[in-house]
Amino acid sequence: MSPILDIDNVSKTFGGLHALSDVNLKVEEGETHAIIGPNGAGKSTLLNCCIGRLEPDTGSVTFNGRNMVGMEPWDINHAGMVRVFQTPEIFPDLNLLENVMIPALAKRDGTFRFNPFRSLARETEIRDRAMSALADVSLDRFWNHHAGSISRGDKRRLELAMGLVQEPKLLLLDEPTAGMARLDTNRTIDLLKQIKESGMTKVIIEHDMHVVFSLADRISVLAQGRIIASGTPDEIRNSPKVKEAYLGESEDE
Amino acid sequence: MSLKNNLVVMLLFSAIVLSAPWWLAPIGANYPDLLQKFAIFGLFAIGFNILFGLTGYLSFGHAAFLGVGSYTAVWSFKLLTMNVIPAVILGTLVSGVFALLIGWLSLRRSGIYFSILTLAFAQMSYSLAYSVLTPITNGETGLQLSQQDPRVLDAMAGIVPTEGLPTTNLFGMPMSGYSGFYFCAVLLIIGFWVTLKIFRSPYGLKLTAIKSNTMRMKYTGFNTRPYLLSAFVISGMFAGLAGSLMAVTDPLAGAERMQWTASGEVVLMTILGGAGTLIGPLLGVGIIKYFENIFSALNDSALRAAYDFLPAGLADFLTTVTSPFVGEGWHLTLGLLFMLVVIFLPGGVMQGISLISRFLRRRLGMAGESGGAS
Ligand SMILES: Nc1ncnc2c1ncn2[C@@H]1O[C@H](COP(=O)(O)OP(=O)(O)OP(=O)(O)O)[C@@H](O)[C@H]1O
Ligand SMILES: [Mg+2]
Repeated sequence: MSPILDIDNVSKTFGGLHALSDVNLKVEEGETHAIIGPNGAGKSTLLNCCIGRLEPDTGSVTFNGRNMVGMEPWDINHAGMVRVFQTPEIFPDLNLLENVMIPALAKRDGTFRFNPFRSLARETEIRDRAMSALADVSLDRFWNHHAGSISRGDKRRLELAMGLVQEPKLLLLDEPTAGMARLDTNRTIDLLKQIKESGMTKVIIEHDMHVVFSLADRISVLAQGRIIASGTPDEIRNSPKVKEAYLGESEDE
Repeated sequence: MSLKNNLVVMLLFSAIVLSAPWWLAPIGANYPDLLQKFAIFGLFAIGFNILFGLTGYLSFGHAAFLGVGSYTAVWSFKLLTMNVIPAVILGTLVSGVFALLIGWLSLRRSGIYFSILTLAFAQMSYSLAYSVLTPITNGETGLQLSQQDPRVLDAMAGIVPTEGLPTTNLFGMPMSGYSGFYFCAVLLIIGFWVTLKIFRSPYGLKLTAIKSNTMRMKYTGFNTRPYLLSAFVISGMFAGLAGSLMAVTDPLAGAERMQWTASGEVVLMTILGGAGTLIGPLLGVGIIKYFENIFSALNDSALRAAYDFLPAGLADFLTTVTSPFVGEGWHLTLGLLFMLVVIFLPGGVMQGISLISRFLRRRLGMAGESGGAS
């Protein structure tokens, strides 16, 4: 079986900085693949190369059999690859429900649909879907709050709901629990485990080892723009190379 | 009875607009000429608000569409018929095509660069109207009717003006005075219904989401360009409709209608009233047109008469102090008002109204009243 996401020899430089050097990474259908690595390792850059925010200098990103390099972000979204950003990217001027209705509408309406005379009040199906996605991240009580006014942790959960409501084939999560209180982190882990059972493929970038080891089927370690190890959680835990490059320093913290 | 119900909103709105000649009488703003202006600029502003208020894209060139609408309408009067229906329809459509072109080019950029591009295109149209396009626009004189115009549809129907210039009409009903106002008012009501539908549609929600976070929209699966372009064209068509109505009430079109000051005026109106709200832009139109037409007509003797109930010395003093703010000075008053609103109420007059109503509701609530007004 071919992998759902195949990152092949991707390199990216910013000026003289080699943010990614010959990165190879395969994500199999149904797995939860964690990418770990120290700050500035290039993790977010790698995701940016997948969803069309950055174009890799060399290499290809094949998703579901199609090369994504050079495709428009909205087409990549509709191909089924959805990203949750590291700094929450939400619609601060809309309320929580509307924030989740927008991606639900994208799923139904495609990249463009001109329906100025359709009543939003009659979009009960979209509304219900959005509401249940909000309920999944326990934000449904606050559905009519302004998204700009909620806490950072809540914004991340809101963005998670925005991703989930689209039922993507592949969900890319960039540090989904950063900035969350412990209780919220645990709740989010539970939610992500639930999603795992539903069979959704995920790539998750995470600093919190507790989160990584409780969720990931496979882990890749990125350091200074290179994949230095890739394997099961046990293999990674016991790899001396990884300990040296990453885990060592993180356990001291 | 809730303002969430479109029918309730439309009934209320129609009643207010159609009764304007009556309720505007006490402040002396009920003469047909001014009423027509309220309705025409109202259409201009609510259309502009679909672009600026919903998507946040600030066009500084909408007067170009106003001008195109006017020229098209006058040509319709000259070539086809003095009936206003074809003039209004053609004015709206031709402006729409023109907006498609300018929007397609300008929307390659966003923010200030978009604004500058629209401004440049409008100024270009303005200069062209004075130079190369003179055969279409009749240059500085402006496009006028003449008795010898072909008016093929009228000729076919056997309508030939007996003497003097023909007048615009709606199937024989002359479009001057109050009937002209009511024609504009009905179109304003229809236009308002269109904006209400857009505001409360998934399409409208997507436009506000673009304003809130364009980048997010793209990664959520939306191609934002066609959304912005369609909003641009719709607002251009509203401007074209307004321009053709100017020609309906006064069948003459000049290039000055396209000048950047006219584009700036609709920006001021929208911001003053409250961009992105349904009726804010209409309040802005009301305030600015009232100042322009009523305040500017006040002179010292009118002021003195207003202060007549005060002791003579005080009345003279007040007249001297306030006279710079009226008559020729109305721009000063309006400028001050605009500054105050933008500094203290960035959401425009509508923000002030919602603050007051929230305050009142809280006061009433504290007094133990549970009255379910909403
Ligand atoms: N658009 C850009 N322009 C220039 N340099 C960039 C850009 N994006 C990232 N970088 C640089 O590339 C390197 C990798 O950044 P990246 O954000 O991918 O790291 P990361 O692994 O996600 O780190 P963190 O854990 O802090 O989120 C960093 O040195 C960063 O400064
Ligand atoms: Mg990062």
